[in-house]
Amino acid sequence: MPDLLSVKNLKIEATSYPPGEPPKVVTLVEGVSFDLEKGKVLGLIGESGAGKSTIGLSALAYGRGGVRITGGEVLLNGRDILNLDRAGINEVRGRHVCYVAQSAAAAFNPAHKLGDQVIEASLRHGLMSREEARKRALYLFRVLGLPNPESFGERYPHQVSGGQLQRAMTAMALCPNPELIVFDEPTTALDVTTQIDVLAAIKHAIEETHTAALYITHDLAVVAQISDNIMVLRHGKTVEYGTTKQVIEAPREDYTRALVNVRQAKREEAGDQSGALLKIEHVHAGYGNGFKVLHDVSMHLPQGQTLAIVGESGSGKSTLARVITGLLPPSEGRIMFDGKELPKALKGRAQEELRRIQMIYQMADTAMNPRQTVRDIIGRPLSFYFGMSGAKKTERVKELLDQIEMGSRFLDRYPAELSGGQKQRVAIARALAAKPELILCDEPTSALDPLVAEGILNLLMKLQEETAVSYVFITHDIAIVRAIADSVAVMHRGRLVRFGAKSKVLSPPFDDYTDLLLKSVPEMEIGWLERVLKTRRMESAGN
Amino acid sequence: MGSGPITGPVLTEGTARDLGAQSADLAGVPAKPHPTDSAEIGGTSWRRFVFRRPLAALILKRLGLSIGLLFAVSLMIFGGVEALPGDFATTYLGQSATPQAVENIRKDLGLDRPWSERYLSWLGGAVKGDFGTSWASKQSVSEQIAKRLGNSLFLAFFAALISVPLAVGLGMLAVQFRNRMPDKIINVISLAAISLPEFFIGYLLIMVFAVELGVATFPATVYDTMTLAERLSAIALPVATLVLVVLAHMMRMTRAAILNVMSSAYIETAELKGLGTFRIIARHAAPNAVAPVINVIALNLAYLVVGVVVVEVVFVYPGMGQYMVDAVTVRDMPVVQACGLIFAAFYIFLNMAADILAILANPRLRHPR
Repeated sequence: MPDLLSVKNLKIEATSYPPGEPPKVVTLVEGVSFDLEKGKVLGLIGESGAGKSTIGLSALAYGRGGVRITGGEVLLNGRDILNLDRAGINEVRGRHVCYVAQSAAAAFNPAHKLGDQVIEASLRHGLMSREEARKRALYLFRVLGLPNPESFGERYPHQVSGGQLQRAMTAMALCPNPELIVFDEPTTALDVTTQIDVLAAIKHAIEETHTAALYITHDLAVVAQISDNIMVLRHGKTVEYGTTKQVIEAPREDYTRALVNVRQAKREEAGDQSGALLKIEHVHAGYGNGFKVLHDVSMHLPQGQTLAIVGESGSGKSTLARVITGLLPPSEGRIMFDGKELPKALKGRAQEELRRIQMIYQMADTAMNPRQTVRDIIGRPLSFYFGMSGAKKTERVKELLDQIEMGSRFLDRYPAELSGGQKQRVAIARALAAKPELILCDEPTSALDPLVAEGILNLLMKLQEETAVSYVFITHDIAIVRAIADSVAVMHRGRLVRFGAKSKVLSPPFDDYTDLLLKSVPEMEIGWLERVLKTRRMESAGN
Repeated sequence: MGSGPITGPVLTEGTARDLGAQSADLAGVPAKPHPTDSAEIGGTSWRRFVFRRPLAALILKRLGLSIGLLFAVSLMIFGGVEALPGDFATTYLGQSATPQAVENIRKDLGLDRPWSERYLSWLGGAVKGDFGTSWASKQSVSEQIAKRLGNSLFLAFFAALISVPLAVGLGMLAVQFRNRMPDKIINVISLAAISLPEFFIGYLLIMVFAVELGVATFPATVYDTMTLAERLSAIALPVATLVLVVLAHMMRMTRAAILNVMSSAYIETAELKGLGTFRIIARHAAPNAVAPVINVIALNLAYLVVGVVVVEVVFVYPGMGQYMVDAVTVRDMPVVQACGLIFAAFYIFLNMAADILAILANPRLRHPR
């Protein structure tokens, strides 16, 4: 009996059109082969550009944009789906193979009810009557733990939350009873506390329906919970292919080993946390329409240390950063810096006060002028704060480039000519150029691949040792908090839940929210998900 | 009046080129309006209304805006006519008239009163539907216009009846066959039609169909005694001209709006469900392209009513446009003002209708959280 899906020596190419140059054919995927049995899950893992989504979509004989499958075979139940005509391909899609996209918010049609979209493929392929399809959708909504399953299908996509949409997308894929589902980073856009629910729902649904799956993600800890086999990809080629146990517990390749060991680092926190370079006192803040975001937030940060502010989206952590910079004046409370109160609004602050606090953003891309070279970007604060120019300025820019481990050959590059990690390094150099005492880092690594992010974190720690700069580090990632923080503030819905030294905040007894947050972070350990769910069930049974 | 259809906002086709390209934005769907946007207007009862019935509040606001705009336009029309060089008295009496005779006529018509007084009395009448009497014919302007407006609307209605479904259908056809032969043919023909001024198309049609082939009637004058069939045959050429002029714009906007939507992630989802091309366009793309398409259609309908001036003159069709042009040549101000105000009212009303329909077409506004 043949395997359900058998991919042999796959080659995928795309044509790119660099401006001012002849079109170029780029190979995205080369020589990838794998087999998938009925009811099994294969995890495809790698960093961005590794070709994981491209491979996943080849199981539906689909290429995004100008992507073409130019070689190899994709056999579904022994039949090569790459040689099918349009009608044959439509027969495969939505009937035998279904797809779950990364952003369910964009993948659902805003004009139609969720229920209609979930059962559409089953109806169009003539698999069941409308009544049967409705029943199946209702069953799937229940299995996936959606609230009010009876009326859920009557809602429009904008009326439900991101986590619910992601589960509805899974229901949509499961509805026609396909033999294979391709999950393309289904939990990446979600908060950790939501991710664990969706992950559990997907796992439960796969087991319940005996569907096989390709599970694409960049997070090895996530894939360890759900897959039977793992394929590690890099630059469109296979690095390692084996059972989940073998890959996680005994990786053969260096690259896999690095992925497994990423962010194992833990920093000892500073012993003395009594001083306060920055002191936030009873801050309330909100936006113009009377919508209050921050409620009575107080915390402090000693000089030369790192304060991590952690919370999920909507917790108010970025708003707090805006209050500290003066972009959003607080309605009540004050910000003390080096013993003096900072003027509330940016306009009221002196240039010297501005210089001492700098910021690094999540998206280095959008925080830099694409038409300026690295020299101009880093040089701007030098001339603005210190009046430097000419050779002296260039000399200092070179020094800063050395500090961020990039070197002077990058002087005349434009942002578009830098990688994601390099852009973030330039942003760090720009902040450093002002010789600040405090740098606000707003999720500076969350858009980066794990290994690149680790490099950035190491650089930030090295710079702190060299220059004794203090960091306020905003993140949603507990692993980062463990790795770099001295003190931690946990925020939830605009309120401070917990604040103190890292060792105190991250050890029991916990409040409910911190407990949930900490238990939701996937660990690089097979069976972690079951263990967490089991304790949860026991707790709720005990209550 | 301009010499081509009024152009609305143009959708970029750039992003629509790659069918599969992922774009996370919900094309053309504006976000939920800010609750405070409307709360500034009034006291707490309005605030509560905005909170409870956001959709109705939004529509009411749009209605109020239109009425305010209409008043502003009436002021501009009056001011504009006031600022025109020359006046009725000199045109009527000729160059050799004595200053005394000119003065007498000005007094008869009330032109010696201050403009603010004349504006208010004119506006007071216009609100009640009385536009005064024509200076040239001494007849009631309202009565004259009623008949002519009916004729203009008759013409515009049939032009719209043919052009709107044709434009939307051709637009969808062009999307289905995009960048292939049918799409290219549709594009070239519609571009050619849009590039020619309507008087030129009008004369061209007259030459071919009325003069050379003799199958159509010219001039397109209609009388009260004509039957419907006779009227329809009379207006065939002017309707054809109007259709050719507005078709291209609507069709190209439909095509661009749908192609823009076709690059969204939910279209990829539909494709990966194995749906056919037509179902994807009709069920998944079209509802989201409705708002921009409605806007273009409304703009072009407004053009049909307002922009018939040239076409009516070319075809000697007794509609509002011809009436207005005649009045301008003799400086018959009450008629010019009345026509201007009615055209403006149509324009404002159609745009308002388009906005309200676009609001209703938005599921986020129709079904609030």
